[in-house]
Amino acid sequence: MTDLDLRELQGTEFPVPADLQGNVAITSLSKIYNWSRKNSVWPMLFGLACCAIEMIATAASRYDLSRFGMEVMRASPRQADLMIVSGTVTKKMVVPIVRLYNQMPEPKYVLAMGACASGGGPFKEGYNVVSGIDKYLPVDVYAPGCPPTPQALLFALIALHRKIDGQSLANMDDVPWYGVGPSDPTPIPILGPDIIDPRQMDIIRRQAELAAAGLPYGKREVPDLVLTAGAASTSAPRTAAEKAADKVASAPAAAAADDPEKAARLAKREAALARKRARQQQQSE
Amino acid sequence: MTDQSLVPERLEKADLDTAYKVLKEKYPDAVRDDTRTGYSGVIVDKNRLVDVAKTIRDELGFNYLSHATAVDYLGLGDHLEMVYYAYRISGGPGLVFKTQTDREKAEVPSLVSIWPGADFQEREAYDLYGIRFSGHPNLKRILLWEGFNGHPMRKDWKEPYYEQEHKPFDSRWPKGYVRRAEELNPYGKNVQYPADIDLSRLNDISEESIYSGMGLGVDIQELTTSDGIRTDRLVVNLGPHHPSTHGVFRMVVTLNGETVETLEPVMGYLHRNHEQIGERNAWIHNIPFTDRLDYISGMGNNHGYVLAVENLLATGARYQPPTYRAEVIRVLMVELNRIVNHLWAIGFLLNDLGAFFTPSLYAIAEREKILDFFEATSGARMMFNYMRFGGLAKDLPEYIRSTANLVNDQIRDFNTMEYLTDLINERLPRAIDELDTYLTESEVMTSRTIGVGYLPPEMAIAYSCSGPLLRASGVPYDVRRADPYSIYPELDFDVAVRYNGDIYDRYLVRIDEMRESIRILKQILPRLERTKGEPIFAGNKAYMPRVPVGESYGRVENPKGELGFYVVSAGDEKGTQNPWRYHVRAPSFINLTPLGQMCQGHKVADIVAVLGSIDIVLGETDR
Ligand code: SF4
Repeated sequence: MTDLDLRELQGTEFPVPADLQGNVAITSLSKIYNWSRKNSVWPMLFGLACCAIEMIATAASRYDLSRFGMEVMRASPRQADLMIVSGTVTKKMVVPIVRLYNQMPEPKYVLAMGACASGGGPFKEGYNVVSGIDKYLPVDVYAPGCPPTPQALLFALIALHRKIDGQSLANMDDVPWYGVGPSDPTPIPILGPDIIDPRQMDIIRRQAELAAAGLPYGKREVPDLVLTAGAASTSAPRTAAEKAADKVASAPAAAAADDPEKAARLAKREAALARKRARQQQQSE
Repeated sequence: MTDQSLVPERLEKADLDTAYKVLKEKYPDAVRDDTRTGYSGVIVDKNRLVDVAKTIRDELGFNYLSHATAVDYLGLGDHLEMVYYAYRISGGPGLVFKTQTDREKAEVPSLVSIWPGADFQEREAYDLYGIRFSGHPNLKRILLWEGFNGHPMRKDWKEPYYEQEHKPFDSRWPKGYVRRAEELNPYGKNVQYPADIDLSRLNDISEESIYSGMGLGVDIQELTTSDGIRTDRLVVNLGPHHPSTHGVFRMVVTLNGETVETLEPVMGYLHRNHEQIGERNAWIHNIPFTDRLDYISGMGNNHGYVLAVENLLATGARYQPPTYRAEVIRVLMVELNRIVNHLWAIGFLLNDLGAFFTPSLYAIAEREKILDFFEATSGARMMFNYMRFGGLAKDLPEYIRSTANLVNDQIRDFNTMEYLTDLINERLPRAIDELDTYLTESEVMTSRTIGVGYLPPEMAIAYSCSGPLLRASGVPYDVRRADPYSIYPELDFDVAVRYNGDIYDRYLVRIDEMRESIRILKQILPRLERTKGEPIFAGNKAYMPRVPVGESYGRVENPKGELGFYVVSAGDEKGTQNPWRYHVRAPSFINLTPLGQMCQGHKVADIVAVLGSIDIVLGETDR
């Protein structure tokens, strides 16, 4: 930081004479504290998958992460402020990740880089894939993309800077690590027959009891709206024609109000689908 | 195995038929032809498998086991099948043999004693399909953890989110209301527990089983050497979070003092279920997924997969092979990608040697230039999704406009051909020379690498190694020459080969290979000019092609080694819309098999150097 402009820091209503503004700043503790924190965020040197390659490219000469005071990538979690989760989180890997996170000193931040870390991405359906690190860790910034380009990652980092800038030392919700001691560690998942989140033990136990009693298990309590909407397609006794009528009548009706063309198209599509279903049913009977 | 195996002696198609005949004559009641439509090779009775394999290796000379994998034919004969592809190291087509076992008590004799390279692949088949391999020295799960419920690649294994058997799925938007995948599962996550789970008896045994598989019980043990010096034997875990494992790879090492006694790779930390997702996708959906295998060389992965599927398509009617221009552009992309990969590999090898990050900065600077071209052509820097069955997604653009090419904050347009010519004739050779000048003679390089991590040629072949790892051991095996594809036969280049089999030679092979790639690219440029304006697609683009039934193995020489795709189309006589089996023969995965042997007796700091010289990428290792 060669050309530090102190005016950036000026943060109170106390007037500073114009000719001193380059040399003196009067500001709040929060502001200078955040300013120094955000300009020296040390990410953890830790790559998971394809996104890590773009993370390295961001740190390399063309995109040059050191412009943000972030080039010091630390291999030890104990020296890092930011965990960039750069890639697919698998069930096998989430255990060490949670351990690493627990070892980071506060204040700590998590950046979910890419579709995989944010929500499972292209591999969401996989049996060994955790659909998003936010199932286990609190995420501060999500960077979309598969992989996010270096520009996108830089944008996400700037967003993180903004977040840090907005935190206030006076507000315990913003800085929970002061005053109340260290926060609780995230419980470490267990690799059993499948991954087990200790926080979900109760649900798992309930489901297992249901199964043992021969009752239906494995059903998730979903919002009523969805269930009633889904019921039409799952209840068997209704005839295909009835269903078709139902579909044609209801679905496009809502859309029709604002766009008749779209409604007509939808109606056509529904009718075609209904015909197809009726045909299939005939065949199966 | 003798040195004779290294003598180039090409195999012709006729020889292959003779080889099959010899096998059938020698084992009349154990070997029969595979007569299913679209299949080739022989089916071997599993009780004689080891004998037959020995004959194949020693008498018929197919001494290189390219890949071994399992297929589940649920509903189509209800058996599990192991498929093996063996090649001659001197080149030529491969010999295919299979063996079948029933699904309930699946058991097949292990071939590790014949081809040690089958080690990890058999463990993978055990993990994902539940086939037991009798005689395997270390049979345990490799990609998943010990205690996982079931064998997920079996066709009757239910998936957590998507339990429906058929494709396409029922609407996820019943009546226009979205139902997210999370709502289909009671835990809101991609998990599923057996109904009778007993939480009280739950304990995680995966760690114990790793250690006990290595014969380790204690963490530290005091030893005394013959000359009376006291040392400790201790167990050290390198990874899965370690800056020099190139991702999430883990090695469990036992050290005697500072010397490596045993080393066992532990993987699966990036197992993304590539193959199972691939079997649910339509054929064309898999192309973008292949980009994410070896994510540094996506073009090569695209190429391997489209070759495999094109082999199958070619057996049906109405298939037109890719046009000449399409082939030219494919080779252009693949060779540029090879340079990207080797630049990356060399840069990070130096990282591992302790020259932290400065050499890599220089090495990957030119990579950005190539990526600009890729981005302008395919739309992405890394995940290209560029090749199609029978052609390409799009032709080269007229101009390259990339925001990354800012000059004085002005976006500049480059003429593509000028850009490429400059890149290939000037910039890349200069970058390679620069690396060569500064690194090849460098003290950091020579003192840490010469004579370290020696891999003898016989062992490299036996362990199914491929790519620079194999060629640095003096085996001139390159799929582009051994089993040519695309337009490689008409291009003039040499197979880079070195003879000392250590880290230094692997580095030199990569430098040589980049120079050979430049040589190829220089021949590609005039071909590009000449074919300008010609179509990149023969016939119509088919988005959902029906692929004729049968099996096919498409392989290419990827920067990291032989990348193969084994695909099976089955289940529908008229042709299928999604693969029945989609298997990736990943070079990074198989090249790791001899890692333990290569590190034995070296110092602990050499492990990272040896690993760096193999050049693995975890997306491909774990898939
Ligand atoms: S988001 Fe895309 S690029 Fe990133 S790890 Fe996932 S698959 Fe790879």
